[in-house]
Amino acid sequence: MHIIDRRLNPGGKSLENRQRFLRRAKSLVQGAVKKTSQERDIKDVLEGGEVTIPLDGMHEPRFRREGGTRDMVLPGNKKFIEGDYLQRSGQGSAKDSGPGEGDSEDAFRFVLSRDEFVDLFLDDLELPDLAKRKIAQTESEGIQRAGYTTSGSPANISVGRTVRRAMARRIALKRPSKEEIEELEAAIGACTDEDERLVLLAQLEKLKAKTKRIPFIDPLDIRYRRFETVPKPVAQAVMFCLMDVSGSMSEHMKDLAKRFYMLLYVFLKRRYKHVDIVFIRHTDRAEEVDEQTFFYGPASGGTLVSSALQAMHEIVRERFNPSDWNIYAAQASDGDNSYSDGELTSMLLTDKILPVCQFFAYLEVGESGGSAFDLSDSSLWTLYERLRNSGAPLSMRKVSERSEIFPVFHDLFQRRETVQEKAAP
Amino acid sequence: MTERLFEGADWDFHTLQRITDACEVVALKDLGLDVYPNQIEVITAEQMLDAYSSVGMPLFYKHWSFGKQFAYHEASYRKGLMGLAYEIVINSSPCISYLMEENTATMQTLVIAHAAFGHNHFFKNNYLFKQWTDADGILDYLDFAKNYVMQCEERYGRIEVERTLDAAHALMSHGIDRYPGKKKLDLREEEKRAGRRRQHEEEVFNDLWRTVPKGASKTRSAISLERRRKLLGLPQENLLYFLEKSAPRLAPWQRELLRIVRHIAQYFYPQSQTKVMNEGTATYVHYRIMTQLHQQGRISDGNFLEFLGSHTNVVFQPEFDDPRFSGFNPYALGFAMMQDIERIVTSPEDEDREWFPDIAGKNDVMGVLRDVWANYRDESFIGQFLSPKLMRQLRMFHLHDDPEERAGIRVDAIHDERGFRRVRRELARQHDVGYIDANIEVVDVDLSGDRRLILHHHVIKGAQLNETDAKRVLQHLADLWTYDVALIEVDSNNKVLREYVVSPRPIPAAVA
Repeated sequence: MHIIDRRLNPGGKSLENRQRFLRRAKSLVQGAVKKTSQERDIKDVLEGGEVTIPLDGMHEPRFRREGGTRDMVLPGNKKFIEGDYLQRSGQGSAKDSGPGEGDSEDAFRFVLSRDEFVDLFLDDLELPDLAKRKIAQTESEGIQRAGYTTSGSPANISVGRTVRRAMARRIALKRPSKEEIEELEAAIGACTDEDERLVLLAQLEKLKAKTKRIPFIDPLDIRYRRFETVPKPVAQAVMFCLMDVSGSMSEHMKDLAKRFYMLLYVFLKRRYKHVDIVFIRHTDRAEEVDEQTFFYGPASGGTLVSSALQAMHEIVRERFNPSDWNIYAAQASDGDNSYSDGELTSMLLTDKILPVCQFFAYLEVGESGGSAFDLSDSSLWTLYERLRNSGAPLSMRKVSERSEIFPVFHDLFQRRETVQEKAAP
Repeated sequence: MTERLFEGADWDFHTLQRITDACEVVALKDLGLDVYPNQIEVITAEQMLDAYSSVGMPLFYKHWSFGKQFAYHEASYRKGLMGLAYEIVINSSPCISYLMEENTATMQTLVIAHAAFGHNHFFKNNYLFKQWTDADGILDYLDFAKNYVMQCEERYGRIEVERTLDAAHALMSHGIDRYPGKKKLDLREEEKRAGRRRQHEEEVFNDLWRTVPKGASKTRSAISLERRRKLLGLPQENLLYFLEKSAPRLAPWQRELLRIVRHIAQYFYPQSQTKVMNEGTATYVHYRIMTQLHQQGRISDGNFLEFLGSHTNVVFQPEFDDPRFSGFNPYALGFAMMQDIERIVTSPEDEDREWFPDIAGKNDVMGVLRDVWANYRDESFIGQFLSPKLMRQLRMFHLHDDPEERAGIRVDAIHDERGFRRVRRELARQHDVGYIDANIEVVDVDLSGDRRLILHHHVIKGAQLNETDAKRVLQHLADLWTYDVALIEVDSNNKVLREYVVSPRPIPAAVA
């Protein structure tokens, strides 16, 4: 008789099977994930959870028989006698295995973990080329300790290590210690017998000579701390959310913007160890706010886009040194901007903001179902388009429906594609 | 005064040891059971889910469909739609029983009595298991299978292996020898043989032989149809066996994979034929052991009540018009029949003496039961031992549903004098696996001609194959066969009802 505790055995024996299954079902699951995510709130969406995929393709067929005459024995007869007829559709028809049984399994539901979900969702997305190039460049050099060396600059002498080696050498070569010499000197001083004193003196001479031959610290002992330079990828990013909160921005528009920000956040979060978010809202003046105020706080006034860019510029200068941070920015607006602000905006953007940003996206949000949206380009859109045509690395999209957010996001970040070519939403 | 095995619900490993020892005494001395050595393993809920998805086996080769099973079970478990089984037990020697750590001490006792003694005895003594399974070899064989599949994946690619296994799985239920005749499976020997086969192939491989011109082949017409069929062992109902031996273009490793799937299917075949008996036996044994332990004062009244609660749930049989009804519960039917046999043996009525002259009043309950457990399967067990009293008690009746009949479903027989034998025969038939699975066999193939494989499905009572699934399975079959495959559905008068023809998909031919 053996009783064995297997609880500590590694669980997840099915993990590999599960991964195989997901790999096989990938395209199906991906479709399902996208569909699900359009229906749900972003926050919930990124919690992972249950998805439903069509069984087709995941189906394991077997020969099954159906139809024909059927015989069955059942328990619980209450009133029937031989020769009775039961109505087919009615109660007691005992359709426990009707012909439709096999088809009831036409969709397959299962739970994805958060990571699996986000993986599948973002699977074919990648940072745009521009950003990738910059990441490679902005890897800063870090230095790290790499043991000890026998040569180096005096500033790098490792005292502890040097002394330790010196002591080892002194002990090995039997260098007389200070105490020994003092003791001997004291003995000489106290000595009354001349012969003995001469012997002691000779001993002292020998010790002193030995002390001279064996230095306290020899150049051999000296050790320097060694440093190596290693390339250190910048593992942190900051994401600036800029939003126009003037009266012309409706709740719907803010909602669209929010979804875009959230997606960008999750996307960045997958690639950086640490992601900061800065919310800047603006009317005719800009302020940095917390998330709650950003989306829901009331504000009113005119519209000066440059104020937000100015604020962002200042925050970058104060807190986010571009050599340490990858900077991403997403601006959402309904496209209104004060006419006189155009020059300042364009100047700030080209000179201050874009050079430090990995990626700058402009999202123009419109009212749901607004058909006039496409007719004429807004002042901000026209301005940005001009900048972009002259080569500024800007991404721009127009969005008016909730369901468009994911496709647009997808579009912006599609792998191996230059996203700057097309502007149409 | 005997000491209690445990108090309350907590248990530790010493408790489990005491419980097992106590159960063993009752099982071996009082009930006279004969069991494989026991191995009891305590696992977590997650590990239980793992075990579920690989048909309860501790080691299994990797395949996506087990992942699908896992995802499916996990989803329904999380939603609370499904409880986990209390135990899983493996027909091996030693007999391995998995216990869940969440179980209370009472439940562990129940599970040990049920699995480690009830199922264990059944596995060791029932003729089907003796005939078809190799308890000593199964774990080694599964280990071999797992490694073999892994090696194949390394050598020939995951996709290729997956394709072959998918096809084999689709045909798994038709990879079984239903009738004995060949000698018993010896899985250890099987494993060695597989190794030797591989080695031999490697040793004798010489590329030159491929280029040697072959002599003139026999004229095609020289081989008569009869002889051809005989050479191929046709008709053959074991489709996997047929493919393994005769599919012209399979690589040796593919044949080995088919063989593995076939052996595993065969290993589980007795289980599907003995659900009612197996669960009935285990339930009867646990009931006897628990009652005995309670009578000895080794289980407190409270714990015994807890046991009765679980036991009653397990043997609950909803009636046909109950929303919970989904056919006969094998635990309920099996247990009721075992108890009924006990009644017939100890205190029979006249009716029982007439129906069961061999056992009525024989008084040796365990002797009779052990004999029954050893020599029957569900179909013959029900056909032989379902008593009129039990049919009355469960109020069984027989329905005949003919779609042509406009009046509805006819009640063909009920639990009365006229109906007993008919109800019993019908219920027995429902538990006959030979009758449940579609009867499909390879009838012909023209190996020297167009190599089309011809299968027949013998339609019984008008139940034809589900078209979508049939096409899919045939596609897999054709892919393995690499030539056209035709499936003809014929009724008992050999009238053709439907015909499928499937061509293999253009897959790059497997390289030998």
